[in-house]
Amino acid sequence: MTKSKKGSKLGRITRRTLLVGAVAVAGGAAFGIWQVRRPVDNPLAPESGATLNPYLIIDGDAITIITPRAEMGQGIHTTLAALVAEELDVDWAQVRHWHGPPSAAYYNGALMHGALPVADYAMKGWQIALAETLGAASKVLGLQVTGGSTSTVDAYERMRLAGAGAREALKAVAADRLGVEVAQLRTEAGQVLAPDGTKLPYGELAAEAATRPVPQPALRDPSQWRLLGRSLPRLDMVAKVTGTAEFGTDIKLPGLHCAALRLCPYPGGRVAGFNPDPALAVPGVAHVIDLEDGIGVVARNTWAAMQGAQALEVDWQRGDLPDSIEAMFDRIAEAFDDRRNSRMRNDGDPERAISDASEALELEYRAPFLHHATMEPMSATALLEEGHLTLWCGNQAPRLHQERAARAAGITPEEVTLHSTYMGGGFGRRAESDFTHYAAKLAAALPGTPIRLTYSREEDMAHGFLRPAAIARMRGAVADGRAVAFDAQVAASSVSHQAIARMTGRRMGGPDKGHVEGLFDQPYAIPNYRVRGYLADLDVPVGFWRAVGNSQNAFFHECFIDELAHAAGADPLAFRLAHMRDEHAPSAQVLEAVAEMSDWGNPPEGRAQGVAFCHSFGTPTAQVVELARENGSLRITRAWIACDPGRVLDPGIVRAQMESGLIYGLSAAVTGQITFADGMVEQRNFPDYDALRMDSVPEISVRILENNPHMGGVGEPGTPPAAPALANAVFALTGERVRTLPLSLQFDFRV
Amino acid sequence: MPHDVTVNGTRHSLDLPGETPLLWVLRDELGLTGTKYGCGVAACGACTVLVAGEAVRACALPLADVWDEVTTIEGFGTPEALAPLQAAWVRHQAAQCGYCQPGQILQAAALLAENPTPDDAAINAAMSGNLCRCGTYPAIRAAIHDAAAAMSEA
Repeated sequence: MTKSKKGSKLGRITRRTLLVGAVAVAGGAAFGIWQVRRPVDNPLAPESGATLNPYLIIDGDAITIITPRAEMGQGIHTTLAALVAEELDVDWAQVRHWHGPPSAAYYNGALMHGALPVADYAMKGWQIALAETLGAASKVLGLQVTGGSTSTVDAYERMRLAGAGAREALKAVAADRLGVEVAQLRTEAGQVLAPDGTKLPYGELAAEAATRPVPQPALRDPSQWRLLGRSLPRLDMVAKVTGTAEFGTDIKLPGLHCAALRLCPYPGGRVAGFNPDPALAVPGVAHVIDLEDGIGVVARNTWAAMQGAQALEVDWQRGDLPDSIEAMFDRIAEAFDDRRNSRMRNDGDPERAISDASEALELEYRAPFLHHATMEPMSATALLEEGHLTLWCGNQAPRLHQERAARAAGITPEEVTLHSTYMGGGFGRRAESDFTHYAAKLAAALPGTPIRLTYSREEDMAHGFLRPAAIARMRGAVADGRAVAFDAQVAASSVSHQAIARMTGRRMGGPDKGHVEGLFDQPYAIPNYRVRGYLADLDVPVGFWRAVGNSQNAFFHECFIDELAHAAGADPLAFRLAHMRDEHAPSAQVLEAVAEMSDWGNPPEGRAQGVAFCHSFGTPTAQVVELARENGSLRITRAWIACDPGRVLDPGIVRAQMESGLIYGLSAAVTGQITFADGMVEQRNFPDYDALRMDSVPEISVRILENNPHMGGVGEPGTPPAAPALANAVFALTGERVRTLPLSLQFDFRV
Repeated sequence: MPHDVTVNGTRHSLDLPGETPLLWVLRDELGLTGTKYGCGVAACGACTVLVAGEAVRACALPLADVWDEVTTIEGFGTPEALAPLQAAWVRHQAAQCGYCQPGQILQAAALLAENPTPDDAAINAAMSGNLCRCGTYPAIRAAIHDAAAAMSEA
C-alpha cells in the first residue's frame, strides 16, 4: 500500500550516537530544535481515499485508523484507535484499523521516559521535563518500538490530537461549502451536522480537508468521553475467534514455499560443514540453503521442511560459552568480584547500619534463565522480486526489522516493504529480528519465490533471547519493627548492552538501569538503602522478557522485604505499608486495596497468603496469592491484584493485562527455567517448558485505582509481583523460604 | 497414492505421504491457516480440530489415519455467522494474542457436545490440554458457561 519515505543515514547515525551515549541528554540538543519541532512527515499514500495525518485514512464510509504498535495480545490496537475515534466523532462500528508502514512518524516518545537514572515514582518536575526532551530525541531518531509498557502513555495526547485536528479540518471544509460559521457545526457518527439538519459525511469532505493546514484544537475533557474510559469491544476479537486473523505464519501467496531452520545448537557457534543429501531425499524438499549459523530447508509444505531440517547431517563449530548451567552461574557469581556497573541508589550508610545492628540478615537468591515461549513460534514470510523485498511478520520494532531484512538481502531499507501482522504473543521476543533476517536471506537466495518461514518449537526453544539468569546478594537489618538497612547487589548479563549491540552494531557503556530496575526504584523509606549492579561476562543471548529487570529483581526485593518483616516480627503487609505510606501515596493505596480485597490475614483454614509489590513502568501494583496444600501438593487457589495506572482508558483491557501478567509470572515462578548442558539448551518443547493450565490457574480478582497523577503502563506491571507473592505464600504455608526459582525444584506443585 | 480427506464439507484428494500430519495438510496444502502450529507434539492444543465431532490434535494425526470428516475453525463459524461458542467468546472478550483460540474453541465445542452443562471441574478437565500463554483461561471458562447457557435456551 505504501512505502516508508524515511530511514536516512542521519537517522541511523544519530540513533547510534544517542544509544551509545547511554541516552545522554546532550543527544537531544545535538539534533537542533528545528528537528524536534518539525511536524512529522505523513508516510501514508493510500491508493484511494484521503489521509489527513499519519493516523487517519478516510475513504468513503471507511474510517481507517493507523495503530502503529505491535498487537501481540495486549489490546493496543483497540485503545489506540479509540484515542483517535474519541475526538473524531465516528461510530466504533465504523472504525477499521491498520498497523501501517514502518515510519519515523510513529516514533515512541515515551520510550525514553524510563531512561533517566531516577526512580520513576520519585520523578520531580524538571526530571519529567528532561524525559520529554529525551522523547523528542526519540522523535528525531524515529524509534518505532513497542515495549516498556509505553504505547498508551506515548499515544495519549498525540493520537487524540490527530483525531481532533482531522475533525476540525473536516468541519472547516463543511463550513465553506455550506456558507456557515464553523462554530455552528457539530460532528457525530462520521458526519458534519449543520443547524438546518444538513449532514455531510466525512468521506465527502476528506479529500479537500487533507489539503488544508491542520488546526490545533483543544482536547475534550474526559468528562465528555464516549469511548475512552469504558471497556470497548476489541477490534481484533471477531477475527481471532474465527481463525481469520492473519499472523506472520499464515500468509498465503501464489507459488508459496514453506521453510524451516536447523540452527546451530551452540549459542555463538556456526556451521562448520554439512551434507544436504538426507534433507533433499525427503519428499517435498526443494532447496537447502546455507545461512552460516544455520541451514534453511525450503519445501512444498512446512512438515517436509521440518523433516528435512532434522535429517541434515551437520558439523557445528561451537561458541565459547561455558558448557553447563552450573558453570554459567559460576561465571555470573564472578561478576561480584569485578568493578560494579551501577549504584543507582546509595542512601545513608548501609555498612555502618548493618555492623551496628544487633541482628543482620545476609542471604543469596537466584533466578533462572527464562524463555518467552510465545504460542506462535517465530515466523516471517518474505518475497524478493526485482530487487524489492516484501516482508510479512509480527514484530515489535518495524524499522529495525526493515533495516535488518535489508542487510540480509543486500538491499537498502527503502527497498523493503514491511507488513506488520498480528503476533501470536510477543512479551519482548519479537523486538529481536532473527526470524526476519533468516526469512530475508532465504528469499534473497530464491528470488521470485515467496518463502514462509516457521521455526519448529524445538528451534524456537533452543534459540531464545532469554530473561537473564541472576544472582542477588542481599543484606539488611531491622530495629524497632522497621527496616534500617537494605543493601542489594545483583549480578546478571546486561540485556540493554546486548540488545543495543545487536540492533546498532555498537557497544554501549555506562550504568544499565534496566539491570537493577525493580530493586533501586521502589518506594520504601529505608534510611540506609543501597543497590549495586554487576554485569556478568556471559554472552548467552538475553533479551527483553516481559517486565525485563523487574521480573527477577522484584523477586529478590520483595522476598527479602518479607524476610526483614519476619525478622522484625511484623506482619508482611503492614511492614510494607509502614515504609511506603509517607514515601508514595498511590503505592500505599494499592497495598491497602489488595489487603481489603483479600481479607489479608484471614485465609481459610489450611491456606496461607503471600503479598508482594512492585512499582514498574509507572504503575504501582500489589498482589496477594493464596496457597493450599492438597494431597501433598501445593495449589495456587486465589489471587488478588490492585494496580494504579493513573487514568484508565479501557478497564476491560487493563484487567485482562493484569490477569495475563500475573499468570505469566506465576507460570515462570512455578516451573520456568532454561538450563544448559553440553553447551546446549536442555528444554525442547512445552512438555519441559510448561506453564499454568486452566486447572492450575487461581481465581483472580483485579481492582484498578486511579489515584496516580501520572499515566503508567499495563502490559508488564502485572508480572513482577507474582513470583515473590507466591514465594512468600509458600513460606506462610510451609515455614520454608524459597530463594531459588523455579519453585518446582523445591516443592511439588499441582500444575 | 492419493489420500482422500473431507474438510468442512469439501472432499480433497491429496498426493502426499500418508504420514504427513493433518495440521500441515490443512495449513500448507489446503490454505486453512486458522488451525495453528504450536508444538508439533500434541502438548499445547493450538492445532485442535474436530474429527466426527471429537477434538483431535491435528499435529499428531497422520493424513492416512484421518477416519472421518474434519471440521476446522473456518467451518465452525464465520465473522458474519458466528457459532454460539464464538459469540460467547466475543461477549467475554476472551482472546488476547488469539493464536491459541481456534483450538480452544473447538476443544470447548467437543466438550459441550458431550456435556451440555459442564461445571468448572468438567471445564478444567476438558480444557487443560490447551495452553494459552496470554493467560485467558478465566475468560474462556466464563465464555464456555455462557455458551452452554445460551445453547440450552436455543
